[in-house]
Amino acid sequence: MLTKRIIPCLDVKEGRVVKGVSFVNLRDAGDPVEAAVGYDQEGADELCFLDITASHENRKTIIDVVERTAARVFMPVTVGGGVRTIEDIRALLNAGADKVSINTAAIQRSEFVREAAQRFGTQCIVVAIDAKSVAPDRWEIFTHGGRKQTGLDVVEWATRMEGYGAGEILLTSMDQDGRQTGYDLDLTAAVSGAVSIPVIASGGVGTLDHLYDGFVKGNADAVLAASIFHFRTYTIPQAKAYLRERGVPVRLEFPVKAA
Amino acid sequence: MIAIIDYGMGNLRSVSKAFEAVGHQAIVTRDAAAIRNASHVVLPGVGAFGDCMANLKQYGLIEPIKAAIQSGKPFLGICLGFQLLFTESEEFGRHEGLDLFPGKVRAFAKGQALKVPHMGWNQVNIQRPCPLFEGIADGSNWYFVHSFFVDPGDKQITATTTNYGIPFASSIWKDNVVACQFHPEKSQAVGLQLIKNFGAWK
Repeated sequence: MLTKRIIPCLDVKEGRVVKGVSFVNLRDAGDPVEAAVGYDQEGADELCFLDITASHENRKTIIDVVERTAARVFMPVTVGGGVRTIEDIRALLNAGADKVSINTAAIQRSEFVREAAQRFGTQCIVVAIDAKSVAPDRWEIFTHGGRKQTGLDVVEWATRMEGYGAGEILLTSMDQDGRQTGYDLDLTAAVSGAVSIPVIASGGVGTLDHLYDGFVKGNADAVLAASIFHFRTYTIPQAKAYLRERGVPVRLEFPVKAA
Repeated sequence: MIAIIDYGMGNLRSVSKAFEAVGHQAIVTRDAAAIRNASHVVLPGVGAFGDCMANLKQYGLIEPIKAAIQSGKPFLGICLGFQLLFTESEEFGRHEGLDLFPGKVRAFAKGQALKVPHMGWNQVNIQRPCPLFEGIADGSNWYFVHSFFVDPGDKQITATTTNYGIPFASSIWKDNVVACQFHPEKSQAVGLQLIKNFGAWK
């Protein structure tokens, strides 16, 4: 049986890890490569780097982080933030990323997703969606850290992106992000039910129960969390033991000793 | 020296770093002489089947791959490098493969209950004791990411199976060739063990 994935996310700014609370008030919390090694040793199922200032600053910093990470951890790595061109994707994949996540660039020109999927394969193209509730059971996509409303319906967009060749949806609730009160489960379930590609729930985790709800009530295929793991509120093995006890299939083998 | 064949598809850095991490020397190359002189050959790859075959042709790699397999030296195919060894694929139309083994590459039946790609960690059930699985527990979890699976014409070559809607051949082993759908270079401890075993395989 395919197990459910737990994905710690590292927000990276200028080569250092930060964690945004609703995308403001950033706290510096260390070296991303060391954090990646730590998560690898704990048995995280994947790792996500989000380059939160990539749109403005030098992209070489994140490439360097990915290269150094790929030399030390042997688990799937997704990189997002500021991915705008085929060349951006190629550089990240060559550096050792397995998947890239595309957000704003998909909204500005949706054909980019189709081109990227045709070029590099569906399996490495993740479409990231930042969603906000606009009415009961209706969510719209927001860009620019939640400041700019696009008028795009989240469920329709996710379906369209699947048709364009996206291999996975990274779905973040901008309402919940940073609050630690749980994922937006209605949003997650609505998107997961509308597409037949995997959906990663993101935004709002504060407790292990929130991870459980993301899988069981939100029907997510994977859950992404930053703060609870990074500030060591919980470890990955604690999260997995909790989920396993409650009947969620997770991978428990104790992982690699870093080379 | 282990030769990792570079035909412009996918993340080869992870494969070469994984060999380095377990103490094997590997080079990433598309040079026919380097492949001929290598002790071991790895055919990795992600992307679309048709594009990969087109690249193999363009770089003149089809004969070197066939020669490597016929020479009897250890050969490892990973993911698309596994699928390419078979007769044909139904990915985006019909594409001919290297046809080193009879069999077809088929699509998973996509649906609500079955998300495609098959992405994440799933169990690999050992069907035959293959030397590359030495020290690896039956039923271990490996990382998969694929939308198509291999249906070998000769079921005897299946080394492991995995269930995703249906049971499929997650690896094959025949003589000097092992090929797997999962990604050892992304499967942490079990993956590094397989890579170590491959480098030590005679």
